[in-house]
Amino acid sequence: MSVIGRRELPPAAALCWVDICALDDVPCDAGVAALLESGEGRARQIALFRAGDGDEVYAIANLDPFSQANVLGRGILCRIDGEPAVASPVLKQHFLLRDGRCVEDEGVRIDVFPARVRDGRVEVGVVGT
Amino acid sequence: MNDKLKLVVIGNGMVGHRFLEAVATGPAAGRLDITAFCEEPRVAYDRVHLTEFFSGRDADALSLVEPGFYERHGIRVLTGDAVVAIDRAARTVTAQSGVRVPYDKLVLATGSYPFVPPIPGHDRDNCFVYRTIEDLEAIRAAGAGARVGVVIGGGLLGLEAAKALKDLGLQTHVVEFAPRLMAVQVDAGGGALLRQKIESLGVQVHTGKNTQAIEDGEGHRHRMRFADGSAIDTDVVLFSAGIRPRDQLARDSGLDVGERGGIAIDDQCRTSDPDIYAVGECALWGGRIFGLVAPGYRMAAVAADHIAGGSEAFTGADMSTKLKLMGVDVASIGDAQGAAPGAREFTYVDGVNGVYKKIVVDADNKKLLGAVLVGDAADYGNLLQFRLNELDLPEHPDVLILPRRDGAALPGLGVAALPDSAQICSCHNVSKGQLCTAVADGATTLAQLKSCTKAGTGCGGCAALVGQVLNAELEKQGLEVCTDICAHFPHTRQELYHLVRVGQLRSFQELHERHGRGQGGCDICKPAVASILASCWNEHVLDRRHLGLQDTNDRYLGNLQKNGTYSIVPRIAGGEITPDKLIALGVVAKKYDLYTKITGGQRIDLFGARIEQLPQIWEELIAAGFETGHAYGKAVRTVKSCVGSTWCRYGVDDSVGLALDIEHRYKGLRAPHKLKFAVSGCTRECAEAQSKDVGVIATEHGWNLYVCGNGGMRPRHADLFATDLDRATLIRYIDRFLMFYVRTADRLQRTASWFENLDGGLDYLRAVVIEDSLGIGAQLEAEMAAVIASYQCEWKTAVEDPEKRRLFRPFVNSDRADEQVVFVREREQIRPARQEELEEISA
Repeated sequence: MSVIGRRELPPAAALCWVDICALDDVPCDAGVAALLESGEGRARQIALFRAGDGDEVYAIANLDPFSQANVLGRGILCRIDGEPAVASPVLKQHFLLRDGRCVEDEGVRIDVFPARVRDGRVEVGVVGT
Repeated sequence: MNDKLKLVVIGNGMVGHRFLEAVATGPAAGRLDITAFCEEPRVAYDRVHLTEFFSGRDADALSLVEPGFYERHGIRVLTGDAVVAIDRAARTVTAQSGVRVPYDKLVLATGSYPFVPPIPGHDRDNCFVYRTIEDLEAIRAAGAGARVGVVIGGGLLGLEAAKALKDLGLQTHVVEFAPRLMAVQVDAGGGALLRQKIESLGVQVHTGKNTQAIEDGEGHRHRMRFADGSAIDTDVVLFSAGIRPRDQLARDSGLDVGERGGIAIDDQCRTSDPDIYAVGECALWGGRIFGLVAPGYRMAAVAADHIAGGSEAFTGADMSTKLKLMGVDVASIGDAQGAAPGAREFTYVDGVNGVYKKIVVDADNKKLLGAVLVGDAADYGNLLQFRLNELDLPEHPDVLILPRRDGAALPGLGVAALPDSAQICSCHNVSKGQLCTAVADGATTLAQLKSCTKAGTGCGGCAALVGQVLNAELEKQGLEVCTDICAHFPHTRQELYHLVRVGQLRSFQELHERHGRGQGGCDICKPAVASILASCWNEHVLDRRHLGLQDTNDRYLGNLQKNGTYSIVPRIAGGEITPDKLIALGVVAKKYDLYTKITGGQRIDLFGARIEQLPQIWEELIAAGFETGHAYGKAVRTVKSCVGSTWCRYGVDDSVGLALDIEHRYKGLRAPHKLKFAVSGCTRECAEAQSKDVGVIATEHGWNLYVCGNGGMRPRHADLFATDLDRATLIRYIDRFLMFYVRTADRLQRTASWFENLDGGLDYLRAVVIEDSLGIGAQLEAEMAAVIASYQCEWKTAVEDPEKRRLFRPFVNSDRADEQVVFVREREQIRPARQEELEEISA
């Protein structure tokens, strides 16, 4: 029996991939904000990051849990011991892009989403219904 | 309570206060019941830096008493009340107010009074002495309607007083009875150069003048007549003809006093009554009065120790001094006049740059006896160590004062050569050994070492030496202080700056490939490198390869607020704005419903813009004639100004005009941290230039330049860097100063903290900027010229470039606004909704 926690990436087969934008719309080594239509009517704000100038992309929640502002996509992309992370532009806490953990506060974790590049387009996975 | 030892202290000057500090924090503190009398209306303040009262430091800033100190230690301080009698038999003191206080131990710290020669007319109105804050307030009041001021006395204090008169904008004269200035500390050669320098600053010096009378003047309040028949008309007279010990109380109560005054004390600072001590300038030890603060502090420590049962002794004091008189360095060590039998001298004179150095050595050419330095006192610390520790001189002692143009180290004296007992900081009596202990206990930075030992926090003359001890000790311990900027570069910011410059590197990627470590970067190194690249090459911060390096403020060319919106600050150079532009700002603010507030830098801040609104708002601002204000950048912000001579009745020069020139010259310069400037049109200083990174104040003869001031969290009064400059020289110094700061500071280090950590301090900075001691002056100016030539309004470029403009979309895949940004109205303007308000709204 396996329970899929919200914060753990679901197996790829269960995902439905949503087209977000062209890869070139995300500046190299930087982030942008995007809307993720989840199909339930309400769009979710996410932050997309592109590490380097290739197709290494990450998607996390755009909401900074400390300031309650939708700003994480505007943060600086970091490497902490090689792991990709973003520094919140408001009060500078770091969130790891792979699992959403906050480096400064173990009790805080934000949502992460699977992301990939297909044919020059960035896609983010949502759990299919 | 009653079994406590009743300790009474008469006098709350610098030494009296130091004594209270010593007993209150000493071993006997719990056994003492302490009462202190302070005749002045305010408790102890820094009399050594009294002159700064005129250059902007107020009475509070001069105070030596940490707020709450006396209360915390249960010390009763009776201010505004002077003791008028001591009854030694009854062991009580009686004050003017009638208060009578019993004592077990009594300490006299009554200080000295200024000697006023009994010249006829000495007691006329507008004749002053220079000792207390009240004296200075009276002088300032008298200065308001005056044009000319004369100081009688060309000693150390007289020249300080002359500076004060000059700061008040008076045409200033110094009249000295002796044939030269500072006759006690300086020899003939040094005195001549000092005179030349002081005169070039616009102060007229008259030596060998014997004042015979002060009478009514013509067109001025007074006329001073001299024995040689000459006269000067003046409005203000300041007496600074030496000090006399205040020993009247001691005389009245039958204590032993010296023939020429002074309360006689022994090595434990006890007077002829073993229950009464005397410390400071009222005390006479070994037939000498010590008119400097350091020996007074030492006496305070000895007396406090003795009362607590200790056995420290006062063994005399070295009267060497180093000071800056009107910006001129003067230092005197030991036997400055070469009076010892067999003494011989070495002299170095640089007539071009105005430097005079002399050392006095013993007959064997082995030991240093004394020295005089004028115009350049950088060698003071080293020479003093030779003298105090009786170190053997190098084979050719003149190398100690000859210029070291090849950058060679000074021979014979590393700090390693000093014994542990060597006193490094004379103001706070800190020895090399104490510094070493502090380093061993974990002080690994200059700032830590200073704060835990107090070394270098007095006159600052020993700061370089303290730094050398620190480095030597760290090295000895095998400690390597990691100064890398972060994990991604094994370099300091200064090194990275150098690598970027020298390697002509134009992007983070190039720099990281050649000099970085590991993969990627972080929010420490990226903005730091972005700033360095901008300082060097000044490319647009939103260029593709720089975009990802920028902090959010630079990335969106606005100031991020707590709810994710931005504020907008257009440049309003010098704070000058036309009604039409003011209206245009209002129109834009109203159209976009922006919260509007006046900033401290004489600008207008518009809050609450969403990122997608920024380009449109800026398009409209640019159309109205505005340009970006760089409020979002670690960059030149504002040049605050007063209206200056154009409008002001007191204005001496056109401060707004200069502020405009400066702001337009340096706008767009990115630096390790933000830079704030100000220009004041007279010494009333309405623009608050002395709290800025660069402050300029108009004088009768040009512009005075102040540097490295700061407001904010840790305010710092700026240092007077150069005086009476013409515009071209002023601009050249600022060019060099700024670029030197950009080159050498740490990331996010304001000029104030940079300066405080700069080895060699103000002297060094002056040497680099004014004398071009590193030979980089032209280079720094060229670098600044390149920045100025490549200025662009970042917002104009951004709104005109479709690619950059796209960066301001709210979402990469939608133009819908962020619906979670919600404002409510308060006092007729918007503000971000609070969390509970948001919950209410969404419910």
